[in-house]
Amino acid sequence: MSIICDHLNYIYSKGTSDEIHALRDVSFKIDDGEFVGLIGHTGSGKSTLVQHLNGLLRATSGHIYYNGEDIYDRDYDMRSLRGKVGLVFQYPEHQLFEETVFKDVCFGPKNLGLSQRDAELRSFAALKSVKLPDEYFDVSPFDLSGGQKRRAAIAGVLAMKPEVLVLDEPTAGLDPEGRDDILGLLRDLHEKENITIILVSHSMEDIADYAKRLIVMEKGSIFMDGRPKDIFMNIPELESIGLAAPQVTYIMRELEKRGFGVDVTATTIDEAADSIVRAVMRNSII
Amino acid sequence: MMRDITLGQYYQTDSVLHRLDPRVKIVGTLVYIVSLFAAKNVTSYLVATTFLAIMIIISRVPFSFIVRGMKTIVFILLITVLFNLLLTPGIPAYTIWKITISYEGIRSAAYTAVRLTFLILGSSLMTLTTTPNNLTDGLESLMKPLKVFRVPVHEIAMMMSIALRFIPILMEETDKIMKAQLSRGADFESGGLIKRARNLIPLLVPLFVSAFRRANDLAMAMEARCYHGGEGRTKMKPLIYKSRDIAAYILIVIYFLLLLTAQKYGFKLIRS
Repeated sequence: MSIICDHLNYIYSKGTSDEIHALRDVSFKIDDGEFVGLIGHTGSGKSTLVQHLNGLLRATSGHIYYNGEDIYDRDYDMRSLRGKVGLVFQYPEHQLFEETVFKDVCFGPKNLGLSQRDAELRSFAALKSVKLPDEYFDVSPFDLSGGQKRRAAIAGVLAMKPEVLVLDEPTAGLDPEGRDDILGLLRDLHEKENITIILVSHSMEDIADYAKRLIVMEKGSIFMDGRPKDIFMNIPELESIGLAAPQVTYIMRELEKRGFGVDVTATTIDEAADSIVRAVMRNSII
Repeated sequence: MMRDITLGQYYQTDSVLHRLDPRVKIVGTLVYIVSLFAAKNVTSYLVATTFLAIMIIISRVPFSFIVRGMKTIVFILLITVLFNLLLTPGIPAYTIWKITISYEGIRSAAYTAVRLTFLILGSSLMTLTTTPNNLTDGLESLMKPLKVFRVPVHEIAMMMSIALRFIPILMEETDKIMKAQLSRGADFESGGLIKRARNLIPLLVPLFVSAFRRANDLAMAMEARCYHGGEGRTKMKPLIYKSRDIAAYILIVIYFLLLLTAQKYGFKLIRS
């Protein structure tokens, strides 16, 4: 069970003057149960790449294998793929359209051909898992607040019970609490239900906190692929493509430079705090 | 799909046509459209074709790009041609079963097809070579005399420029929402007419919501910058005629006279 991208190339408006080579020879393999962060500067091809994963865009050349099957095979069932690879777009609340939140969440599972009853059961479970209070189920989605809309929209994709969940900047424009809620939800889904998560983000902090693997894109190609810890060690390279390491990593480096003897590979606040406490203890003993 | 609509789009390049004053281009397009309806024989259509061909060449917009805009009106074109062909009475040319096609029908179908095609090509050439801002500036300036009759000229121009500006935005939005709903297993391609129309609801509702949201945001932004209509408003780049614009006007007049001459003395397909 995996997603394999094999030498993907994608060119926008091929054959016209505004031809853009959005993906260049992109190859990777994502295994079952991974939590992958996808980062890159604006226009680096992240969004284009994720739209390939559920077949919305068709690569100009190259292949994608989902669980060993080539999704570009003529008899491949794209709709069932879209049930298995759930894609949550940026600002997913813009896709809400039904009269009530509950009906809207039912849209996805019903399209998969489920019975009314099964669709409703799944929708109920999905709305529960995004922690949207029951009293909002029968409200028009347009009457919800921004954060609630976002949760309802994510529930709309979760109700399809995807095996892989791809999210394009799910926390953009949310307040810190809303952001932590959504990211916490992703962690729960990943840990408890073993869903593969691919998270596109601009926030190095979020990625460092949650992702176990990091793919860095630049100008349509994969620039780096590895553990967040290893990648965030290469600050000059990251900065050269307009990215950065998490802020705590910079602090740790500065502390190390001044002789505090802390762990410079710390990428999350928790790790950094631990390392600083240990360093202070050690220094005070001496 | 949606991207193919080039009607009302601007094509960025540098050419004489791009640099012309928008008023010349608007007047020129209007004259051209009128001339298309004045032309009734082969010679005059040849003049019109030559003029359009020269304009397309000097505009430096790729022909394939201009033609792409035509795709969307093929359906209308076909219907018009069919109606003209079948419903024009006259000397019968062919009779198949109960349907009679007359010589006049063939003639008017051919002319209508050419006329509509040139009309679209000519007017899209104007929008392709003129930025929406320039276009509305030109319109506003041309319609200024109507102010005497209390026509809200500035408001009309502003509405037009906003409408034009929103076409690509809404197009992009449609694409985005479509993809989002496709990701949720929506189906926009199969089924009968009624089913297809029903399937568009998940696309249309969010699109309308977003259009209203954007309109609201824009109104706010305009008000925040103290927009209060055209009263006493000056322009950063006022439109001033240059010598090339005068030359263009003269060329337009020459073209129109040439076409009228061709119309009068030219060769006719059918004497009538």
